[in-house]
Amino acid sequence: MSEIRVNPTRMELKNLQKRYDTARRGHKLLKDKRDELMRQFLALVREDKELRMRVEEALCRAYGGLSVAAAVSDPHMLEEALILPKRHSELRVELKNRMSVTVPVFALSDTGVEEGGIYGYAFTSGELDDSVSALEGLLPDLVRMAQLEKEAMLLAEEIERTRRRVNALEHIMMPRYLAAIKRIKMKLDENERGNITRLMKVKDMMLKEALAEKHSFFPDEE
Amino acid sequence: MYKMAIIGDRESALGFLALGFAVFEAESADAAGALLTRLAEGGEYAVILLVEAYAAELGDIISRYKDAPLPAITVIPGKSGGTGLGMKALQSAVIRAVGADILLKD
Repeated sequence: MSEIRVNPTRMELKNLQKRYDTARRGHKLLKDKRDELMRQFLALVREDKELRMRVEEALCRAYGGLSVAAAVSDPHMLEEALILPKRHSELRVELKNRMSVTVPVFALSDTGVEEGGIYGYAFTSGELDDSVSALEGLLPDLVRMAQLEKEAMLLAEEIERTRRRVNALEHIMMPRYLAAIKRIKMKLDENERGNITRLMKVKDMMLKEALAEKHSFFPDEE
Repeated sequence: MYKMAIIGDRESALGFLALGFAVFEAESADAAGALLTRLAEGGEYAVILLVEAYAAELGDIISRYKDAPLPAITVIPGKSGGTGLGMKALQSAVIRAVGADILLKD
């Protein structure tokens, strides 16, 4: 692990301590963000899982009806029945900020569904009618599923990024700061101890000198 | 206003015509990939449904648009029935976020 190399001075110590405090605060915030993201993500995924199972099942049923319809009716007629949709489904898309992630919100807006359904029932088989209306009922779910899955993907990316940041702070930045702070403190303490011994030594020398001087003035005194 | 599109084989995609989807038929996964890139780059479509049979081979194109807010590329089962590919995409998102697959457990 590479260390932070700084001069062992009080000023650097203060700076480092400030940076460590910031890192610790950021770490706490990011951890909270990660937890909340995770909570929302899991709720989203659960809902999407259920929705997808339902949609897939309904789709397969609709496909079954369509293939029966294709079998019993003329393929050209089938296409003709479907090809002129009187319905023009459009999507209103809003971008929403969800935990600092930009996610799309889809709202279905039907423009121009004409009276009497989406196609003429006169020349079509019952199977086709059923499958088309089943598909039609599925449309809101499909749109919702698309939105949920997109949201899940985007949140997953953000969670991954936040987790990396949290880990980087927790396992790399903060220990480095702590190590540097400790090193500076030790160095400063060592200097301090050096100072004290030096002072003690000087004091001893001065005492000895004073004693020697005293002896030279009063050599008889014991 | 955005539109919705479906890319798939003729039989799977045809039913969506009646719902007002823009239907794009693709004969092969390569053609579907080219279509998908074109539609996604065009910015006209917010939701692009992709039939599983093609989606299996178009993983890199799909993941290219995974982290952008639009378009939402959603995999749906095709004519031949579901293979669970859509659920796998969800699982991979869970693994990415959580680090383990916790979907299977509940």
